[in-house]
Amino acid sequence: MRFLPNFRGFDFFPHDLRLPFMRYKGLCLALSLIAMALSLATIWQRGFNYGVDFTGGTVIEVQSKTGPADIAGLREKLNQLGIGSVQIQSFGTPADVLIRIEQQKGGEAEQTAAVGKVTAALGSQYEQRRYESVGPAVSGELRWTGFTAVIAGLFAIVAYVWLRFEWQFAAGAIVALTHDVLLVAGIFSFLQLEFDLSIVAALLTILGYSVNDTVVVSDRIRENLRKYKKMELDALLDLSINETLSRTILTGCTAMAVLLALYIFGGEVIRNFNLAMLLGVVIGTYSSVFIGAPLLGYLGVKRDWTGAPAPKPAGAAQRARAA
Amino acid sequence: MLNFPRWKQAAILLTCLAGLLVVLPNFLSQQTLDKWPRWLPKWQLSLGLDLRGGAHLLYTMEINDVRKDWLDGLRDDARRRLRDAKIAVSAAGISGNAVQVRLNKAEDADAALKALRQMIQPIGNPLMGGSGTDIDVQKTGADTFTIAPTEAGLKQRVGNAIDAAIETVRRRVDAVGTKEPHIVREGESRILVQVPGLQDTAELERLIGETARLSFHEVHPSVTPAEAKAGRVPVGFKIYQGVDKREGEYLLRESPVVRGDELNDASPGFHPQTTQPIVQFGFNNSGARKFGKFTRDHVGKPFAIVLDDKVISAPEIRSAIEGGSGYIEGNFTPETSTKLAIQLRSGALPAKLTIAEKRTVGPSLGSDSIEAGKLAGIIGGMATIILTVLYYGTFGIFACFGLIVHGILTVALMSLFGSALTLPGIAGLVLGIAMAVDANVLIYERIREEVRGGKTPVAAIDAGFSRAFVTIADSQLTTLACALVMFWLGAGPIRGFAVTLTIGICTSIFASVTVVRLLIYYWLNAQPRGKGTRLALPV
Repeated sequence: MRFLPNFRGFDFFPHDLRLPFMRYKGLCLALSLIAMALSLATIWQRGFNYGVDFTGGTVIEVQSKTGPADIAGLREKLNQLGIGSVQIQSFGTPADVLIRIEQQKGGEAEQTAAVGKVTAALGSQYEQRRYESVGPAVSGELRWTGFTAVIAGLFAIVAYVWLRFEWQFAAGAIVALTHDVLLVAGIFSFLQLEFDLSIVAALLTILGYSVNDTVVVSDRIRENLRKYKKMELDALLDLSINETLSRTILTGCTAMAVLLALYIFGGEVIRNFNLAMLLGVVIGTYSSVFIGAPLLGYLGVKRDWTGAPAPKPAGAAQRARAA
Repeated sequence: MLNFPRWKQAAILLTCLAGLLVVLPNFLSQQTLDKWPRWLPKWQLSLGLDLRGGAHLLYTMEINDVRKDWLDGLRDDARRRLRDAKIAVSAAGISGNAVQVRLNKAEDADAALKALRQMIQPIGNPLMGGSGTDIDVQKTGADTFTIAPTEAGLKQRVGNAIDAAIETVRRRVDAVGTKEPHIVREGESRILVQVPGLQDTAELERLIGETARLSFHEVHPSVTPAEAKAGRVPVGFKIYQGVDKREGEYLLRESPVVRGDELNDASPGFHPQTTQPIVQFGFNNSGARKFGKFTRDHVGKPFAIVLDDKVISAPEIRSAIEGGSGYIEGNFTPETSTKLAIQLRSGALPAKLTIAEKRTVGPSLGSDSIEAGKLAGIIGGMATIILTVLYYGTFGIFACFGLIVHGILTVALMSLFGSALTLPGIAGLVLGIAMAVDANVLIYERIREEVRGGKTPVAAIDAGFSRAFVTIADSQLTTLACALVMFWLGAGPIRGFAVTLTIGICTSIFASVTVVRLLIYYWLNAQPRGKGTRLALPV
């Protein structure tokens, strides 16, 4: 230990900062609700650009051996094969191309034949780098598992929060988490980014990260509820958010830095996955500060933790009616 | 206050050291590893197919095929039993999920029921006490009977079929000469075949899709394989290898007596008199006729069971095997008889296998992904270290040390469990690092707060750890709940991600809380003490 330099860290965070979050709780919640509604509308309108995991069909990633790939030429050539529409898009470097062949009517034999036609048309100029083919039975199952996994994850988390805290905290968590998942899904729908099994994994992780944030704030709220028995609820919530703000921002920044590195340098195959996580961290950080705690301000919470029944915080209830 | 008994210090340091030892082989070349002393661990983190390249094929077995085959067999069996009992049958057919039998005369009904009831087999291991039966035989009218498979019976049947199919697929994949194929059952009726390094799956698909390769052959009565080799192989005969080298060679007639596709069933059992393990088998009608005639003519002589051109067994015919069912005696143990029964059943695929999912990754893409993951990991790691050290000073260095321990232990546990690192797994690893950083941030922010609140440095450190720990535990446990759900429900990429995330969460509590706490304890002990010196926290 003697060889280690003893130097102070640079604590640049203004710890005395007391931002009045609760003054704008109505606005925050309204904005979040609008964002959620917009997301839902987008998903309703545009749907998702499902990957082969969920639609069935075949994806082939090829790399041109002779410099940049001729995407327009490929598109023309492959769409004349009579196997339905063949999507062709560039993927990362100019030499990389992603070819997507829709699920053929009939069955496995037809699909194999269609893929054979494409491979033959590609010729020797392209090297096949990745091949994914999912049949209709499996894709239906994966869609179902993906959906249930997100819902089950949500409920597992909420059950835990409910066990550890009061039900109001669980209610806050469920709204915040739904908000996060909906928004990320909405952005994916709006930009028509490919939505496959890995995005489901990302959504689950976002759940994990966001609840992590929410729990940290909730923990502090619970601690302060015991510490300041007489403080008004809104003031107490403001204090709790402000006290944990340095941690919220610092952790958010490190997570974002790491995810940004993964997004930029992590390769094309998991780019969408990383984008989803990055969005999730930003939105999840927002939601734990601007949704979970403000909602508590409306719902009110048990103030007396010594066991004896006590009247509900009058201020909170009144304000809830006023708002 | 912040006390660490010696045994605790030793345990923590030993855990770190053990982790390092387990991880070390990953950074060594194979040559160095070969010279490695035997008692040292040699596990290397295995890479998923998306990182090393290879083929992933998911096959589905048609349950309806299995059911239909079984019903066909039951119908034939019922007919035969009634014929043997001299009961005339006017119709026997399959309707829906059952076999319907109608007799000529209603007065035979009691005798027929008795004969048909003998078809019922108990389910489960007879030694362990069976539970339930595989089929139901019901008298549904004056002269009609219904033979219906039970739910449990069908389940067992499908299970047997899948086991048999896996055995077949394994043998056929091995025949291609690929290394380390991974063949497992998935769910009720699926088989997952993963072959690292393979990209062109056409040959493999053709082999797996192939049908029956099992046959029964006549053994040459007088000429031994050695004589045939030295001189001249008799016309129509051929030398076959035993499945094990030590089982030697056999001179067999090339055209088989019966082919495996005429085999209806094979199951392990015990001889009623000697209680020795045996393998029971049954042919369909035409197979039974051929086999009956052959065994009548060859009592006392051996015949050979040939699987994929290798002799798996050459038992002696004790007596003529009429009626199409018989048993094979040999020096079986219960295990070997079970294995042979599976092999017999699996000679032919019990039902059609269709490809439900196919993914291949070329080696160049895999190595590109590894490079990309490494680069992103290094840059992300550097960013984290710079941020932490800048913000927390000396204590930030401790946190970074904790992070390194976290990384080492996570990789060590993954090597130990043999769970492969996949592309989403790398992301899980990164998220684990973020969670570990979060734990330290929570602790240090708390310490700073306590110092601002007027606590002495040592009291602040103590309060920081104990107060922050509640929050850390809560936040990690919720994420853990999420990861477990992913593992439970998830398929493919989700599962790989869940595994690394779970391991990451478990190690982060040890690395970021316990290890960092020990480091701070050492640091405190190294600070100058005495009158007039005031301890300042470098946080």
